[in-house]
Amino acid sequence: MPDLSVNFAGIKAPNPFWLASAPPTNSGYQIMKAFDAGWGGAVWKTLGIPVVNVSSRYGSVNYRDSRMMGFSNIELITDRPLKDNLKEIEEVKKYFPDHAVIVSLMVESRKEWHQIVKDAENAGADGLELNFGCPHGMCERGMGSAVGQEPEVLKTIVEWVKEVAKTPVIVKLTPNISDITEPGQAAKQGGGDAISLINTIQSIVGVDIDNFVPYPYVDGKSTNGGYCGPAVKPIAMNMIKNCAQDPAIGLPISGIGGIENWRDAVEFMLLGAGTVQVCTAVMHYGFGIIREIIPGFESYMKEKGFNTVAEMTGKALPNTTTWENLNLDYKIIAEIHKEKCIGCQLCYIACEDGAHQAIRLSENGTRVPQIIEENCVGCNLCSLVCPVEGCIEMIRKDDGKKYETWKDRTDSGNIPTTFNDKLAGGLHHWVPEPLSALKNKR
Amino acid sequence: MNDTQAYYESSRCLFCYDAPCVNACPTGIDIPLFIRQINSGNTIGAARTIYNSNYFGNACGKVCPTDVLCEGACVYNLQEVKPIEIGRLQSYAASKAMDENVTLFETGKSNGKFAVVIGAGPAGISCACELRLNGFEVDIYEAKEKPSGLTLYGVAPYKITNDDALKEIVYLQDQFEFIINFNSPVTEKKDFEELEKKYDVIFLGIGLGETSQLRIRGEELENCLGAAEFIAELRIEKHNVKVGKKVIVLGGGNTAMDAASESSRMGAEKVILAYRRSATEMGAYGFEFDLAKGVGVEGMFNVSPMEIIGNGKVSGVKFIRTKTVNGKVENIEGSEFIEECDMVIKATGQMKQRDILSNIPGLKLDEKGRVIANPETFQTDNPKYFAAGDVYNGGVEVVNAVAEAKKAAKGIVDWLIG
Ligand SMILES: Cc1cc2nc3c(=O)[nH]c(=O)nc-3n(C[C@H](O)[C@H](O)[C@H](O)COP(=O)(O)OP(=O)(O)OC[C@H]3O[C@@H](n4cnc5c(N)ncnc54)[C@H](O)[C@@H]3O)c2cc1C
Ligand SMILES: Cc1cc2nc3c(=O)[nH]c(=O)nc-3n(C[C@H](O)[C@H](O)[C@H](O)COP(=O)(O)O)c2cc1C
Ligand code: SF4
Ligand code: SF4
Ligand code: SF4
Repeated sequence: MPDLSVNFAGIKAPNPFWLASAPPTNSGYQIMKAFDAGWGGAVWKTLGIPVVNVSSRYGSVNYRDSRMMGFSNIELITDRPLKDNLKEIEEVKKYFPDHAVIVSLMVESRKEWHQIVKDAENAGADGLELNFGCPHGMCERGMGSAVGQEPEVLKTIVEWVKEVAKTPVIVKLTPNISDITEPGQAAKQGGGDAISLINTIQSIVGVDIDNFVPYPYVDGKSTNGGYCGPAVKPIAMNMIKNCAQDPAIGLPISGIGGIENWRDAVEFMLLGAGTVQVCTAVMHYGFGIIREIIPGFESYMKEKGFNTVAEMTGKALPNTTTWENLNLDYKIIAEIHKEKCIGCQLCYIACEDGAHQAIRLSENGTRVPQIIEENCVGCNLCSLVCPVEGCIEMIRKDDGKKYETWKDRTDSGNIPTTFNDKLAGGLHHWVPEPLSALKNKR
Repeated sequence: MNDTQAYYESSRCLFCYDAPCVNACPTGIDIPLFIRQINSGNTIGAARTIYNSNYFGNACGKVCPTDVLCEGACVYNLQEVKPIEIGRLQSYAASKAMDENVTLFETGKSNGKFAVVIGAGPAGISCACELRLNGFEVDIYEAKEKPSGLTLYGVAPYKITNDDALKEIVYLQDQFEFIINFNSPVTEKKDFEELEKKYDVIFLGIGLGETSQLRIRGEELENCLGAAEFIAELRIEKHNVKVGKKVIVLGGGNTAMDAASESSRMGAEKVILAYRRSATEMGAYGFEFDLAKGVGVEGMFNVSPMEIIGNGKVSGVKFIRTKTVNGKVENIEGSEFIEECDMVIKATGQMKQRDILSNIPGLKLDEKGRVIANPETFQTDNPKYFAAGDVYNGGVEVVNAVAEAKKAAKGIVDWLIG
């Protein structure tokens, strides 16, 4: 049986599936219930000077019949008094000594940081998470992402915390920045023990087009919110990869952003996460989703022969490189498996209008389109739009012997450098005459 | 279909290119477009897309044999996934526009031409709408006291209610402002001559006549009636119609299925569907027979009726067993038997309106009694007459009548306006 237990920057937990600091970790009640359901850790809803919230607080992006593909909130940190939270932390630790209870914190002055760190640790916290991420409300008051976007300030605050902290310190990064590695490095320089990312992304999820007010609607007004849920997963994974590959950071990573099932968790691990945190999926479906995550994750580990989570962490990083290191000689083209085709012709119109005019409609009376091999650039689009699994396959056409990258070509002076260079990649590629596009003569 | 169902179902549509569902629709409704409009919350726009191609948008969504038309062509079938419920989505959007009384059409600027439409069925009404759109003045003459033809008097009641059928006509009439003269059959030579004088063009949308005679003994007995007449009575009298305890339905087409199913639903204890050939040779759609079997109808195949038995009233049918030899039905000698019953419904096809049509000079009929017309323009051999729907095609579906009549109206426009 693979071992799911983790030691993340010194924080031990029975498994790497944690709840992110958010409404699901608002109270001792919820966290007890979550641990009981199988979650391995929880990051307590951010503590600080309690706030006052508005209603409504959430907005969502629904895609066709899928609800909450993206989710947004304008909620702030905890609105409950500190002492109530501390009492409940103590109680949870009493019943779940082996589970990870990490307390998320956000205050302003050095004095406040020192005080709240001590309070949290005295209550039994296994670790601390510094919330430098909140992209709305708190940042207007000089906290949250206002700090996360200023690496120098971030570093200073991490230093303040480390002056007193006895438990590991995780720095939670905001994605609302152009280079995520800058705050990542600052976290390291300040003495942080780990980083977690991403927090939510500044966003407007929609506009009420009858009343001219964005969502969420608060008495005729709205504001930008923080975006999360399945829609942000690709952004989160890229940022995690950037941090994981940066030798100047070199800290354990707790991956967050759009995780819903075991497969998402695996992907995050392969890109460098040591643990993962979940918020939106629990807000959508409840704690019970852990019942799907754990067995799925375990059977994947078994199938691949991983004994520990650490063994799989970062497995995809060596294969994640920069564009200039990709093989320009690798050639694939699309092939349609006739027997699977249902004749929707989506591949045809996608390639015809959106790619390279490399698919023609069938000439033999069926609805199975045909690939024009000479025109196919192997972009993949048709296989992505095809609604039938495995119907369009990308087939390798080069012999696999040559491996020349943009970097290699640059080194050997073999790249286009002028506007009409003979080395232009598309120079000999057939494109139809513009006028042939028109059905009617003009 | 409610809003949620429509939203979920419309989410599944793939928006196929040159979509096979569209090609399978006789009226060529842009199905992926209207489904996408439903999905983006523009249901009225969806209704506009539907009505632009088919004036019976709501009725067709309910009465069309979608299994063999649009839905049968949906690409999902090839994945063994349930096809998109196009018919229900169509009625959903169309009925929304009707319920909200949205004006989708404005009549065209008057072109000074006068058209008369005979028959207020799907063909006649569609032609009238299209002509009004093009600026014609249009009067309709209808023999019965209500419009919509067999959609009201013929289609099985479980498919569409009378209210639904009539509502759509009112909706169209409000927008197109054509005049319907009810209880006004046009049958005699002099009637036609009068119309010819008064109008620039005449459209024939008179459909078919009564159920054909079997030409066997006993047809005149009480409780022996035609299927079309039986269903018409059902549609109008509803639950007041009396069915027998044991009903024999003669025929193997869709009308036979409807008549058998309805008899069973109306409380007949036993309903036998008797057909001259084997089950697989029936003209009815498979799903229609399945529906009939589902309500308890029993099939009796390779039997041919020789005589309706009874004394004043029906008491049975004398059959002879048959076999098919080289595609032809042959009676098996000596195999006669009597099946008892107290009601016989003949679903043996409707007669053509030969008598009436023979009063129109120059009009030609084919050997089956169908009016001959140009398949593009629907102009008959008497250039002043155009014809479409059952009277032209010999009896197909509502959607065919609608599609043909729209083309016929275009033929009229081209002929008179150019
Ligand atoms: C029992 C039965 C079930 C059916 N079920 C379906 C079904 O489920 N789905 C489907 O799509 N189709 C069905 N059909 C077929 C469909 O109803 C017809 O194809 C369609 O109604 C034809 O339209 P039409 O306008 O050509 O003729 P009709 O609907 O027959 O309309 C003709 C109109 O002309 C009037 N008329 C006739 N003679 C004269 C005259 N001399 N003067 C003035 N008015 C006249 C009639 O009263 C009638 O209103 C069914 C038909 C039958 C008989
Ligand atoms: C309503 C809401 C409130 C949140 N509050 C906090 C918070 O107090 N502290 C914090 O660090 N992150 C907070 N977050 C961010 C989440 O912890 C998490 O980083 C983000 O939602 C991405 O993960 P997900 O895609 O699984 O939801 C909040 C998120 C939501 C939706
Ligand atoms: S891979 Fe790209 S270029 Fe080739 S056929 Fe598909 S869409 Fe067209
Ligand atoms: S997208 Fe796939 S299923 Fe559709 S026509 Fe192309 S190959 Fe066939
Ligand atoms: S064939 Fe089916 S999936 Fe394709 S456009 Fe038509 S209804 Fe939609």
